[in-house]
Amino acid sequence: MQEPDLSVEIAGFKMKNPLMLASGILGISIASLRKVFEAGAGAVITKSIGYKARVGYDNPTLVEVHGGYLNAIGLSNPGVKEFYDELSNSKIDDLPLVVSLFGAKPSEFKEMVSILDELNIRAYELNLSCPHVKGFGIEVGQDPKAIREVVKSTKEETKKPLFVKLSPNVSDIVKIAKVAENSGADALTIMNTVRAMSIDIETFRPILANKIGGLSGPVIKPIAVRCVYEVSRSVRIPIIGCGGITSWQDAIEFFLAGARAVQIGTAIAYEGLNVFEKIKKGIRDYLIMKEKESVRDIVGLSHGF
Amino acid sequence: MVSNRPRITRVLDVIEESSTVRSLLFKDKLCSKAKPGQFIMVWIPGVDEIPMSISIMRDDQAGLTVRKVGEASTALFNMKVGSMIGIRGPYGNSFNPIIGKVMIVGAGTGLAPLMPLLEILTNKSASIDMIVGGKTMEEFIFMDKIKEILSKTESKIVVTTEDGSYGIKGLVTDAILPILKKKRFDMIYTCGPELMMKKVFEMAQEFNLPVQASLERVMKCGIGICGSCCIGKYNVCKDGPVFDSSKLKEVKDEFGLFRRDHSGKRVIF
Repeated sequence: MQEPDLSVEIAGFKMKNPLMLASGILGISIASLRKVFEAGAGAVITKSIGYKARVGYDNPTLVEVHGGYLNAIGLSNPGVKEFYDELSNSKIDDLPLVVSLFGAKPSEFKEMVSILDELNIRAYELNLSCPHVKGFGIEVGQDPKAIREVVKSTKEETKKPLFVKLSPNVSDIVKIAKVAENSGADALTIMNTVRAMSIDIETFRPILANKIGGLSGPVIKPIAVRCVYEVSRSVRIPIIGCGGITSWQDAIEFFLAGARAVQIGTAIAYEGLNVFEKIKKGIRDYLIMKEKESVRDIVGLSHGF
Repeated sequence: MVSNRPRITRVLDVIEESSTVRSLLFKDKLCSKAKPGQFIMVWIPGVDEIPMSISIMRDDQAGLTVRKVGEASTALFNMKVGSMIGIRGPYGNSFNPIIGKVMIVGAGTGLAPLMPLLEILTNKSASIDMIVGGKTMEEFIFMDKIKEILSKTESKIVVTTEDGSYGIKGLVTDAILPILKKKRFDMIYTCGPELMMKKVFEMAQEFNLPVQASLERVMKCGIGICGSCCIGKYNVCKDGPVFDSSKLKEVKDEFGLFRRDHSGKRVIF
């Protein structure tokens, strides 16, 4: 049997394989992103960039829990202008680079895209779902009107594909997904972390400085699979699965649920950057075993039951 | 098993190292068996969590050495016997102690990770040349202990101060050159201000000597995923904190030139 095809395309953005580095992990410098690309990622996504620099929260910003990690970094980023400077002084032409953006209002997204758009960025991912920063993220991402305005006005400013990253911390993710689709989103990233908390029993204190953070890792995977499954049955645009993927079996589960590509983040804490090659090989072997020519052939197969 | 979570322990002893530097001793099995140069994330409940080198290891105890500078380090400095702190780690790689003639260059609290190394080297190395620098005599820490450890082996100690209040007047790097001209070393270990380490590295390059330097960057996660402590393609928390000559060459566009602040913005040294 011939070598299975791992390449995928999302709204015109072609990737050699369906594995992307999730936003928030390692994405501060181009050198780090390049390292992840060289480790086998099909695309890499930056940390979320905002209009102005933010230092984020005090430490502790991360704490491990059973089956995952809880983090509240607080959208630390150098601001769009500094970020533009760094990108324009780096070699990025061969890098399948997606820039993640967050903002408090539509005009901020618009302004950021107008600054960045001349660079060889392949797509944007709008982070409308950060679970722990007031005024940004989830407060936009659970308000249909805000989503509509942000997506529409960003879309006006660029021809590049727009991914919209959604939160599971809403009562009806399908409804929110449809709003994003109808507003012009080219793809949906499902999902961001789950609002959660951890308390130290010796000191009686919440461990994270921000008290509440976002839960990632294997523990949230079934939630993400459910969200991808439900949303992919109700929208036409491609879905990028994200949430607790640490093995090739996890990735396959997301494809079967309806994701066209998947993002990997927390798995790097467990497995290191080798996780990309490991998962790629697992997907390839699985496709051969199941006699499928392409990873595209298994997307959404669970819907038939 | 969940390992990247603060283990709460109590301060067992506070050692006054200078008017601005103290060492805190605490019980922690994992840290007591750390490798020289490894660091821990220390949670000061209600204040912050900061990376600290392990400076003391004995029995089932370990210690850290803190200079009061900002809010978090001052809070740690002010901890009393019995105060609760949370420990994650030990993290990162370590110094690789070699058999041979070694030079150790340290300044300020940069001496902290060098102390456990020094103890191991005493039993291993053919000779130790220890060069300690500081702005003024007040700032020197660990001197009695260094002298005591070094007395057990063939060694030399050189001290420099910028104001001449102790040892030779000048920079630590000024004192190194004549020594490098006279004696051939098998390894130079260094920790201190980055510009000092950069200079040590450059001099070592001239004499074709290998270096191991312990670097510092803003740290958040400590486990190599948040990327805050990146230098070149490396994360100081996971790929470091100890960088050998080949890694230092790979990060030459950043080492001693700029670091990143808490937002990720580049800040020139």
